[in-house]
Amino acid sequence: MKIKLKRNTTLTILASIGILLFSIWADQNLDAYIVRLIHMWGIYAIMVVSFNLIYGFTGQFSMAHAGLAAIGAYVVALFTLSPEIKATTFFITAPVWPINVVEWPLLPSLILGGLLTAVIGFCIGAPALRLHGDYLLIVTFGFSEIIRLLLVNLPMICNGAMGLKGIPQYSNLTWTLSAVIVTVFVVKRLVDSSYGRALKCIREDDIAAEAVGVNLFRHKILAFTISAFFVGIAGGLLAEILGTIDPSTFKPYLTYAVVTMAVLGGVRSLTGGVIAAGVYTVMSEWLRGVEAPRTIFNIDFPGIPGLRMLAFAIMLLLLILFARNGIMGNREFSWSWIFGKQNAREDKEEGNNELA
Amino acid sequence: MSLLSIKNLTMRFGGLTAVSNFNMELEKGQILGLIGPNGSGKTTVFNVITGFYKPTEGHLYLDGKEITGLSPDRITALGLTRIFQNSRVFRNLTVYDNVLIGDHIRMTASPAEAVLRTPNYVRQEKHAYKLSMELLEGLGLAHLVHEQAGELPYGLQRKLEVARALSTHPKVLLLDEPATGMTAEETTEMIQFILGVRKDFDLTILLIEHHMQVVMGICEQILVLNYGETIAKGNPKEIQNNQKVIDAYLGTG
Amino acid sequence: MDISLFLQFLVNGVALGSLYALLAIGFTIIFGVVGLINIAHGDFFMMAAFLAMWGVMQYNIPWYISFALAAVITVLAGLLVEKIAYRPLRKMKTSSFIGAISISFLLQNLFVVLFTARSKPFPHPALLDEVLYIGEIVLPVVNIVIVIFSAILFLALTLIVTKTNTGRAMRAVSKDIEASQLMGVNPNKIISFAFILSTSFAAAGAFLYCSKFPYVDPFTGMMPGIKAFIGAVVGGIGSIPGAMVGGFTLGLAEIMLVAFLPTLTSYRDIFAYLVLILFLLFRPGGIFNVKVREEKV
Repeated sequence: MKIKLKRNTTLTILASIGILLFSIWADQNLDAYIVRLIHMWGIYAIMVVSFNLIYGFTGQFSMAHAGLAAIGAYVVALFTLSPEIKATTFFITAPVWPINVVEWPLLPSLILGGLLTAVIGFCIGAPALRLHGDYLLIVTFGFSEIIRLLLVNLPMICNGAMGLKGIPQYSNLTWTLSAVIVTVFVVKRLVDSSYGRALKCIREDDIAAEAVGVNLFRHKILAFTISAFFVGIAGGLLAEILGTIDPSTFKPYLTYAVVTMAVLGGVRSLTGGVIAAGVYTVMSEWLRGVEAPRTIFNIDFPGIPGLRMLAFAIMLLLLILFARNGIMGNREFSWSWIFGKQNAREDKEEGNNELA
Repeated sequence: MSLLSIKNLTMRFGGLTAVSNFNMELEKGQILGLIGPNGSGKTTVFNVITGFYKPTEGHLYLDGKEITGLSPDRITALGLTRIFQNSRVFRNLTVYDNVLIGDHIRMTASPAEAVLRTPNYVRQEKHAYKLSMELLEGLGLAHLVHEQAGELPYGLQRKLEVARALSTHPKVLLLDEPATGMTAEETTEMIQFILGVRKDFDLTILLIEHHMQVVMGICEQILVLNYGETIAKGNPKEIQNNQKVIDAYLGTG
Repeated sequence: MDISLFLQFLVNGVALGSLYALLAIGFTIIFGVVGLINIAHGDFFMMAAFLAMWGVMQYNIPWYISFALAAVITVLAGLLVEKIAYRPLRKMKTSSFIGAISISFLLQNLFVVLFTARSKPFPHPALLDEVLYIGEIVLPVVNIVIVIFSAILFLALTLIVTKTNTGRAMRAVSKDIEASQLMGVNPNKIISFAFILSTSFAAAGAFLYCSKFPYVDPFTGMMPGIKAFIGAVVGGIGSIPGAMVGGFTLGLAEIMLVAFLPTLTSYRDIFAYLVLILFLLFRPGGIFNVKVREEKV
């Protein structure tokens, strides 16, 4: 048994190193367009995994993703932009202190973004998580919109609707993929632990969970805050890759997209979430091609804007009607898949104590 | 000093008084039954004891400590656990997980430690696994450890719920109509089971039950409620011969 | 501020309040009968407005016919959506709101594809652009029409719900769906009826709203839809008088905010969300203190 666990851990570490090496190679050798797609995949993957934590595992349907991502994005943008650029970009009012003087490298900005998002997530979650079902959904949606509307209406902090541009592109693929690895690691470890068990019990039957000694508030807020942290990080990375952000980047559509990906992958599967993020990114690009006007055989086909979103909306509807469990259901990738059925049975008997 | 002490409990919902001036002293090791016609307030009393309702008036004490108004999870942590009337196992979790959750109250490692799998955390988890497996073995459920709780037949689900409750290391166990839906044979088995569990786990038991065979068979003390008021208190013999109780059940009370 | 300015704001507030009340009713009917928060309600509102506009602009149909047709199509669409998207998911709480979200998403983008996202002017009878002068007070005719029409619709609804058999059946289903079945009520029929009422109110609200704010785009329905929900919650979700009062209060409060704190005008939407959050946290039953579904222990 000890040997098995060592094997799994080693494999995971090797795989992670492999992914990071790949990212370094890809940055140098792959077409910039493809690199950008992989970035988007990574960012979406972090958001979906965070959503799965709070919904698939804890049973709380939160629609706050867009607003939370905005916080991370704006923090990174505001802290990494040079004071000179900020002075010229801020159109209506000059930026307030400390924004007008600060200029930080990427890592501290990203961490700050994540932490601030976690703090705000805590403030949203504390009141909101007392509600159930539809009410929780609407309240979190409301908070997300309040954040966005505040961003529009506070030009001295974030330049209002004009947004921020010229965000320095410090991040490369290694940053994004590292973030994905860390997110999946933390969430998986949490979910496979005693705390994860408590979260799942809350999902299954929160009254019975309370009766068995699980403090509902403490656990829900734990999941929500951790989820918010990672959504903030994803938002920060998004600001990096887009180079330009404004409040409209964080409209409810972003939350809908994350929900769609989560359902597609299976809300209880982190593997599914990562896969679905990839599928969505690819489909999104492919459909973007359909949206643009093109000429085939000398015939002009006008573009059909909005087709992409419509396709995703239909996909979400079909999924929720006919394939509610998504691609992976609640299965999770395990090294045993590669190393044979017999190993899989032994792994199962070890219970949930997988260290990888 | 009694293990569970309830003084002057009154529970009002808007204009309706569900329970009025309820008093109870539950001694360590006792089995006490709470009976009464439907709607007499028994479930309300249970809900107050377990923290799901805050009493309008009155005080509750567990092992000397005041538990009035505490949340259900705190009360469970202090040693009072309830088993619900309808099966409330965690259906999509394994049997093992259903029992392991009882150990979570005693987990002192933080979530950060859990993510990092520090030796402190791992040690406690391993201990929890061991305790839970022993419990399951003791109740004859060990061979089902990896099965989904929701797929078990009803009788085994009920047993699982007992295992889960025991996993929280209760001093007092509250049973909500344990004999519901059981045949005569199953009822007799269950009576033996409750008595056995009390002995093996050093428990004190409070139960709500309609099934008179169970009540008269194992309860040492019985409290009778009618329309929220306590109308009788005593041992099974006294209660059986109490005219007020008979009237209440026959509808003239 | 002087009295005539205040009265002007008041009139505006009453009109907006009536509009929100109309929409809130549509929301609350469905919630009361099916227990579903129809997030797509605002998008049916948008659909009615768009179709009405299209009929007039594209085909030169006279506005009253175009409005009527648009209303009919919207109602039919609502029934279709109920049948294919909501009914199969009725038992599953979380899946049903994902279903509603996807319908909302779908309708918005369907209209983007069909009509582009550009804002288009909403055709309405010229009379509504007229303005009356009473002393110093400027009274847009459209406001008067809104208030009168809303009042008529509220009255009609109250009659339907209290006097007709279907209306009574609807109230029965909203109280206890199983018991009502035992009494011979066909829940599917009643739910369909509820959707017909709800979408009709959405359509009526759309025509009136867009006559006052005469630009439509596929996302026009979002904010009114949310305001409708907020109004319904404020009044007491599931209660029709609650929706009337709640929606009305919200609209009036919004205008009063603009009137007395003009610097906060751009915050009116934030204000609405805050009202919602406060009510859900501290008074989930709303003004009428409707019983909130409590889990049985």
